[in-house]
Amino acid sequence: MLRVENLNKTFGDKKALNNISAAFPEKQTTVIVGPSGSGKSTLIRSLNFLERPESGHYYFDDQDIDLSKRVDNKTILGVRRRTEMVFQGYNLFPHLSVLQNVMEGPIQVLKKNKREAAEEAHELLAKVGLAEKADVYPTQLSGGQAQRVAIARSLAMHPEYIFLDEPTSALDPELELEVLKVLLQIANEEQSMIIVTHNMAFAQQVANKMIFVEDGQILFDGPVKEFFNTDNQRIVDFISAMTFKNI
Amino acid sequence: MWHIITTSAPQILAAGLKYTIPISIVSFVIGLIIALFTALIRLSQRKGAFIIIKAIARFYVWLFRSTPLLVQLFIVYFGLPYLKIQGVFPNGIQMAPVAAGILTFSLNTGAYCSETIRASILSIPHGQWEAAYSIGMTRPVILRRIILPQALRVSLPPLSNSFISLVKDTSLAASITIVEMFEVSQQIAAQNYQPLVMYSLVAVFYALFCSVLSWLQGYLEKVTSRYVTPIN
Repeated sequence: MLRVENLNKTFGDKKALNNISAAFPEKQTTVIVGPSGSGKSTLIRSLNFLERPESGHYYFDDQDIDLSKRVDNKTILGVRRRTEMVFQGYNLFPHLSVLQNVMEGPIQVLKKNKREAAEEAHELLAKVGLAEKADVYPTQLSGGQAQRVAIARSLAMHPEYIFLDEPTSALDPELELEVLKVLLQIANEEQSMIIVTHNMAFAQQVANKMIFVEDGQILFDGPVKEFFNTDNQRIVDFISAMTFKNI
Repeated sequence: MWHIITTSAPQILAAGLKYTIPISIVSFVIGLIIALFTALIRLSQRKGAFIIIKAIARFYVWLFRSTPLLVQLFIVYFGLPYLKIQGVFPNGIQMAPVAAGILTFSLNTGAYCSETIRASILSIPHGQWEAAYSIGMTRPVILRRIILPQALRVSLPPLSNSFISLVKDTSLAASITIVEMFEVSQQIAAQNYQPLVMYSLVAVFYALFCSVLSWLQGYLEKVTSRYVTPIN
């Protein structure tokens, strides 16, 4: 299981993470919500060492990484091998075909042979509904297709956890739906996931656990049912704003 | 006049094939290797004693961009034989003209190209690094597989500029006794008193060589841009 304790991170004079502690259970989907600039992206990016908190502990199973000390490359690579990140902007490799995008990690990092990697890449592309796009370049994809390729690319690494940082925020609702369906399917297969999203309807469906972040602090951490039935006024207001209830 | 051209053109072309083209190609290849390493050193995030190497790389680029190529050729060919260091070079550093030329041209173009390559690497969006990092790639693998292939496309036009400049700059090699195209045209002009014809003729040859490079640039740009949606 993945767990963080007392994470602190400042950007200039802004505290992005203010003594944050949270656990992310295995085989479950944890959804992180909160207003823009609340620190949720910083939190999820810290889990993959794309941001470095100044202090705190990162626990991965029985591994304890003290973030206030220098973390060596081997430790970071170890964590990154077991986790994958999906970005709001997809970040596909534009010079590689869709198939090559999915094969690149398995070949370069997992040292799989080409045939094996290609076979699995084809399977994964079929799974995200893009079997016929294997040979095109990423620029020829719609946003929803690109994000599904990015999801396939992360699945190819067989990660223990997938972190998704606002995976559908750049998409219109129809394309968003394509991506959300894929994520729901993966969640049902008990892939451990942590998702930052603004889509409350999706959060309600996919989440086992909700975390609400504001001003670098956690205001709520608990089961999804409790979150949507909370009487915490701040969270009630947030949910109604995100779902356009009182427009 | 036609007779002058037909008799001298083969001599100029021969000098081009023997010196101008080989010196240009060899110098550019060596220069590119120097440039790539210099760019990577300058972009490295390594600290400690490595900052000395970074400082040397920066000094090198400064030195070769801040002094005239002709002066550099003179220092290497005429000057270095006087650099007598007891035990290391007791008789100074003496080089054949072509070796001195290639060394100087390589270092000179390497300095310029290193800035081109450095800029092209920096132009690749940071998200490419992050995506590759999250897959678990190490920095060298990311550079080789993800960043440099994309940077190559960006750097092709300015690198072609450098190559084309280099071809023309090899005419300076005449001043360190290399009998390349320009030197040959000077010698013939001194005999037949037709400087206008001879220098125009050699100019045509330079233009021909550079045109081939321009065409090659266009071809390479097309190949390396096949993944980019064309802008109409």
